[in-house]
Amino acid sequence: MDSRAIIERECFYESGLGQTRKKSDKIITVKEAASYVKDGSVLMVGGFIGVGSPLTIIDQILKNGTKDLTLIANDTVVPDKGTGKMIVNKQFKKIIVSHIGTNPETGKQMNAGELEVELVPQGTLAERIRAGGSGLGGILTPTGIGTEIEEGKQKITINGKEYLIELPLRADIALIKGYRVDKKGNIYYNKAARNFNPLMAMAADLVIVEADEIVEVGEINPNDVVTPGVFVDYIVKGGNIDG
Amino acid sequence: MDKKELQAFIARRVAKELKDGDVVNLGIGLPTLVANYVPEGVEVVFQSENGFVGLGAAPEPGEEDDDLVNAGGAHVTILPGGAFFDSSISFALIRGGHVDITVLGALEVDQEGNLANWKIPGKMVPGMGGAMDLVVGAKKVIVAMEHTARGNPKILKKCNLPLTAKGQVDMIITEMGVFEFTDEGLILTEINPEFTVEDIEAVTEADFKVSSYLKKMEV
Repeated sequence: MDSRAIIERECFYESGLGQTRKKSDKIITVKEAASYVKDGSVLMVGGFIGVGSPLTIIDQILKNGTKDLTLIANDTVVPDKGTGKMIVNKQFKKIIVSHIGTNPETGKQMNAGELEVELVPQGTLAERIRAGGSGLGGILTPTGIGTEIEEGKQKITINGKEYLIELPLRADIALIKGYRVDKKGNIYYNKAARNFNPLMAMAADLVIVEADEIVEVGEINPNDVVTPGVFVDYIVKGGNIDG
Repeated sequence: MDKKELQAFIARRVAKELKDGDVVNLGIGLPTLVANYVPEGVEVVFQSENGFVGLGAAPEPGEEDDDLVNAGGAHVTILPGGAFFDSSISFALIRGGHVDITVLGALEVDQEGNLANWKIPGKMVPGMGGAMDLVVGAKKVIVAMEHTARGNPKILKKCNLPLTAKGQVDMIITEMGVFEFTDEGLILTEINPEFTVEDIEAVTEADFKVSSYLKKMEV
């Protein structure tokens, strides 16, 4: 192989829609972002009842009708927003969440045996995702001791106190949401829209951020960056599904 | 008392537990009302488990910010001195013992300090959200609730529903009185003068002792 072929192999790749592009060029369209989600993919989706969720990418996945997906998220929003719509559209076979009470459709599908639901205490969910992204083999937590959450899990006693061993979570794709994102993928979040996004940005093979605003490199003070761009593969401009 | 007055009465009594400088997490529903009755001269910091401290009141109509909601998804404000953080830091605060008081509702609570408030099998399974972490992690766990559910006791010998946490409740505050968990078990420490101890016994399944210093419940 000549040197040029090696350079090409290292710096260029085939995108989901067949275009060839430089790896450092992270901005893609909403359609391309959604195309990486295949039937059976495991997704992490940031947000808390839809606040801080990448709603534009979600709407495109809804349109694509991709199915048999696994969702790792805090909740299933409400039936007419974000992943709540994908629940109604029956695109998930399994969900790992802390709360389903805001979307009655989730409970209905669970009771009908159509959807597998793993309920995880919110703090445990956050730490399992953090562990998945941080190269840890799991975490020890007192949360859930003496409840049905401990069933089937290993327990360990340290200094006389019992802990559950909770295992890390990872995903094929993390879909997160940033307020201001520079072209290297550095993310500045807005208010309570941060929630699970910085954790999920570390815990997936492919990380796509939907930005309210994409800015030039240098426009975000490095002190204000919460998620370093090195975690981020692709950037999508939010708000326009045809973009 | 009608339901609204009764809930306000409970919330006012809970608010007397707040000490200056406390970091406090309030559950959705009745516990949220506690924020309206913080005693004068007492400054507390309210935490919202979706990722901030300095939780303020609801915004004026037209001033809502869709990126600023509480853990129930309702629009709120953040006070000067507040701070935002991600979910792992939020639960580090909660689980790490940095939250002084959490106030939650209950479906059932028992004489061992066990709490059930996240699931009625086959009927209602909303999920535990942050409740399991809060009850395990907060320094003081206060259950604030109406004493009975349609006349049926909610303070039991043993919870029937799936537990939220085992042996973590420190105090129960209802419209009838105040109970504390001590080494000697469940103790009635304050009584609403509208009721007698016999009235309370009649609608409480749990075994409890009456404090020899039983006080009048004042709000």
